[in-house]
Amino acid sequence: MADGSVVGEAVTEALSGFIRTDPDFWLNVLLPAVGQGLLVTLLLILCVAPLGILIGILVAICRVYAPKPFSFLAKLYVIFFRGCPLLVLLFILYFGLPSIGILLEGFTAAVIGFVLCNSAYNSEYIRGALQSIKSGQMIAARSLGMTKKQAILHIIIPQAMRRAIPGVSNEFIYLIKYTSLAYFVTVVEMTMAAKMIAMHYLAFIEAFGLVALFYLALVSLATFGTNKLEKKLAIPGLTAVKVKDPPFRLKKGTKEPRKIK
Amino acid sequence: MSGVPVLCVENLSKQYGDLKVLKNISFKVKKGDKMVFIGPSGTGKSTLLRCINQLTKPDAGNVYLNGEEIVHSGHKINEYRQKMGMVFQNFNLFDHLTAVRNVELALLKVKKMDKAEARKKAMFELERVGMADRADYYPAQLSGGQAQRVSIARALAMDPEIMLFDEPTSALDPELKREVMEVMRKLAEQGMTCIVVTHEMKFATSFASEIFLMEKGEVIEHGVPADIPTSPDFKRMREFMGAYTEE
Amino acid sequence: MLESLTVVTDSLGYLLGGVLVTLELVSAALLLGFILGILLVVGQVYGPKPVRGFVAVYVWFFRGLPNLILLFLFYFVFLPTLPVFLIAVIVLGMRSAAYQSQIFRGVIENLSEGQTLAARSLGMTNWQTIKHIIIPQTLRLALPSWANEYPVLLTDSAVASAIGVTELLTRTGFRVAATGNAMALYLACAVIFILLNYGGMLLIQKIEERIRIPGFGNNECDQI
Repeated sequence: MADGSVVGEAVTEALSGFIRTDPDFWLNVLLPAVGQGLLVTLLLILCVAPLGILIGILVAICRVYAPKPFSFLAKLYVIFFRGCPLLVLLFILYFGLPSIGILLEGFTAAVIGFVLCNSAYNSEYIRGALQSIKSGQMIAARSLGMTKKQAILHIIIPQAMRRAIPGVSNEFIYLIKYTSLAYFVTVVEMTMAAKMIAMHYLAFIEAFGLVALFYLALVSLATFGTNKLEKKLAIPGLTAVKVKDPPFRLKKGTKEPRKIK
Repeated sequence: MSGVPVLCVENLSKQYGDLKVLKNISFKVKKGDKMVFIGPSGTGKSTLLRCINQLTKPDAGNVYLNGEEIVHSGHKINEYRQKMGMVFQNFNLFDHLTAVRNVELALLKVKKMDKAEARKKAMFELERVGMADRADYYPAQLSGGQAQRVSIARALAMDPEIMLFDEPTSALDPELKREVMEVMRKLAEQGMTCIVVTHEMKFATSFASEIFLMEKGEVIEHGVPADIPTSPDFKRMREFMGAYTEE
Repeated sequence: MLESLTVVTDSLGYLLGGVLVTLELVSAALLLGFILGILLVVGQVYGPKPVRGFVAVYVWFFRGLPNLILLFLFYFVFLPTLPVFLIAVIVLGMRSAAYQSQIFRGVIENLSEGQTLAARSLGMTNWQTIKHIIIPQTLRLALPSWANEYPVLLTDSAVASAIGVTELLTRTGFRVAATGNAMALYLACAVIFILLNYGGMLLIQKIEERIRIPGFGNNECDQI
């Protein structure tokens, strides 16, 4: 295949004007560094996502079912952590808390910040879902002798969560993207790893291009996965709630665009 | 009953997948004719109307408006469509515009009239259908009958030579049907050429100058309504109408 | 406590300058995102196949990447010579366009087909139908969802401090460096953002009420 190698050389030559083509840089410098960063990014997601959903559920239940002072507190929680930019929140946790004697590591600060933000957004979808469950469900459960707690746990939540899934999945995808903000509190996740290599080797296209590809892959994978999950958990007639209040983030369209004849 | 046909439909055919919705439909419409199409649901009557003004492209056949072929007219179709006013079952008023804005929009944008002239024309047409006092209402604030009258005014404003009515009363309550039929009768008296698809048998027989029975994409019987009770050509029509009124 | 308060009040004037930059950044990005978003959705719904493909890739790219990575890509790679404020507007705007286009798309796809049929039956061209019927209706119906782009952009705009835009957060950082009172200043910064957030939402709600059409969209129909 003499032709092949000629083409290969031509491609290498053309590319070398823009990006580094020496395999040593890619295989021994960039990939290991960004790969390490990827692990940290994944670890962040893994720590945050379950907590974000759990606390989201708790906050939502508080808002819908708890007595006045608690539901008001839950509302404040949502207003503050949704209204405050995540980055500002991270700065408060990482740079602000030490002045009142609480010293957090970058990773811990990032996890706490992400959980607060993620759970506040999740709670809005879950609240909408809880409120969309017809009152008859609660009455029926109580008529069977269930306590309010049992009714919420066994009847309301399972229905509501299905309705909240599209919103919560979207928040999960957002989470993947905003883990990059851990960069600001010195966590060496993907973005930080890439930035360090980029600055050191003056390899901006290579480093940021590679990280971009990794993020696109992660997000595409998560979109695919959550869509599958939605289909799998779907129950006929129990459709997603549209929450008007929180940031509206559109799901991937499924319908064919209408054509004008 | 002489004169050049305004509209000439020749061998019009249309199919969706395997389903033949229209099979070789042909007829001629002279000025002042009132052609009424009746028949069971899903027999291609609405498709026929849409194939006439090319909102749906027919698979085969031709349509001539004043002798000009319009199926393959490309961009010129927009000029032809102005001469064929269409009224829809669901009114299809533009939901974001008031009644009078609905009527004048095409005058401004398609006919390029100036504002005062378009408004005058729009009000004239609303007056004609008895809706001038509702000019500033939005579609959602109108009853079905009122909305349909506005949509008739909207079509009339383009000074069409033919009006195509696609089940104009099907979505309406009985009382509201009457006000729309009144308007259509008045138009007919003024000599407007009409093609109507309807399920109102009484209206069909009293309104039509020629009546067509369609079944499975074909015209199976047609003629003058006065002949329906007696003529042997109208056997199926009598059955159909009987069945329909009994329902 | 009192000391913190004086630090905040002393810094307030300086921070408000940052608020101005933040608001400029957000409104410019919102506008750019709106114009691009409309173009994208028209291309995606009515355009020929290659255009639709391009829009799909565009949306996938800008929705799939973190804000920070996009800022770095444009700052270090694509547009290294532009002023940072402009880069931030372009990045936030292009990203918002991807989201906005999909809001519009959701609405367009749910418009009744009858609206198009009626317009075409009156002799309107494809383009006239889009311009006079589809877009005005889409904009009105999309407003409630579209309004949420404002808080999203507002909170995202803080990330622009990463490339040195001297908006509210950056200025807060400067004050922190000068006074050493991180907690009070960053909390103040958070409160200002929250006020901007909900204040803006209220304003949008007012506009929404003003331009609403009876019975159009999801507001209840007032029969007269």
